[in-house]
Amino acid sequence: MNLWLIVLGMGAASFTIRMSMLVFVHHSTLPSAFRDALRFVMPAVMTAIILTQVFYVGDDERFEAGLGNERLAAALAAALVAWLSNNVWLTIGVGMAVLWLAQWAS
Amino acid sequence: MRPYTDHMSRRSEFVAGVRAEVPLLLGVAPFGMAFGAYAIEQGLSPALAMGMSVIVFGGASQFVGTQMMAAGEAGLLIVLVSALVNLRHMLYSASLAPHVDHLPVRWRTLLAYMLTDEAYAVGIQRYRGDDPSVSKHWYVFGAMVALAVTWQVTTAIGIAAGAAVPDSWSLEFALPLTFIAIVVPEFRHRPALAAGAVAGLVAVLGFTWPYRTGLFAAALAGMAAGLATEPLLGARAGAGADERMEAA
Repeated sequence: MNLWLIVLGMGAASFTIRMSMLVFVHHSTLPSAFRDALRFVMPAVMTAIILTQVFYVGDDERFEAGLGNERLAAALAAALVAWLSNNVWLTIGVGMAVLWLAQWAS
Repeated sequence: MRPYTDHMSRRSEFVAGVRAEVPLLLGVAPFGMAFGAYAIEQGLSPALAMGMSVIVFGGASQFVGTQMMAAGEAGLLIVLVSALVNLRHMLYSASLAPHVDHLPVRWRTLLAYMLTDEAYAVGIQRYRGDDPSVSKHWYVFGAMVALAVTWQVTTAIGIAAGAAVPDSWSLEFALPLTFIAIVVPEFRHRPALAAGAVAGLVAVLGFTWPYRTGLFAAALAGMAAGLATEPLLGARAGAGADERMEAA
């Protein structure tokens, strides 16, 4: 039962954060520089998530920036395809293919 | 006439949102199964593991919460940490708000409940275009529903059958690859590239900070970088680059 209470608490916390600016605080009351900067949330957070998942690998999440990092090769190939083609499926396909190839070759 | 077209556009927006979310599901599915399997491994009951996916609905906080429960940590601490881990969702909430503030509270509450990385990445793109659709929130909703259903179903599979996809397939890497497909074209606008570069650097340097605070710091640093570089690299430079791309 106690564990269920914890889960409910986690849910309440998560929901509160997500509702914060959508329901509780009106965005017009935020500082205007901050509102302006919100346009960069998407590129900032997405790049941050991508790079941590590319550079920290394995179950032990060790930092790996060298040629031995198969994810890095795959991510670079995918970025090139995304830049040139703007095509989501092609990007995933090429990225996964390079990853598998690099894993197979190593 | 009007209600009919609105109805049509809602339906097509919803379907388009679902379709846009599908590539992300490829990476989310193994993650959901991994969570279900992990929760059982850590001694959670199947009902509690499932309950967590439904009630919390956030991968990172679910993993951390499960780990802390298994270690017997204090409940209040677990709640606090799970909030810290997902602090960036506040930025998603703020970023989505101006686009949906004409909607009733029940709609905004519904969108908030399902506001995750994967739904935000797809949903916010719908507001980039100038097209006058009044039903863009149905697109966001479609993306969210596709994600939520996948998350619940794959959690259940993970609980029942363990992680059904072999690790060696590295299928979870499809998720960052999809984020690459979404974010890289944004870099044609050079301040967005500055935002990404700074955020990426801070995130990599701050990866070992506790409870993913590095990720939140990265988001704020990236936003500041985007704002600061805009007068220099500017919208006009970005637009010019776009025109050249289209002409090429």
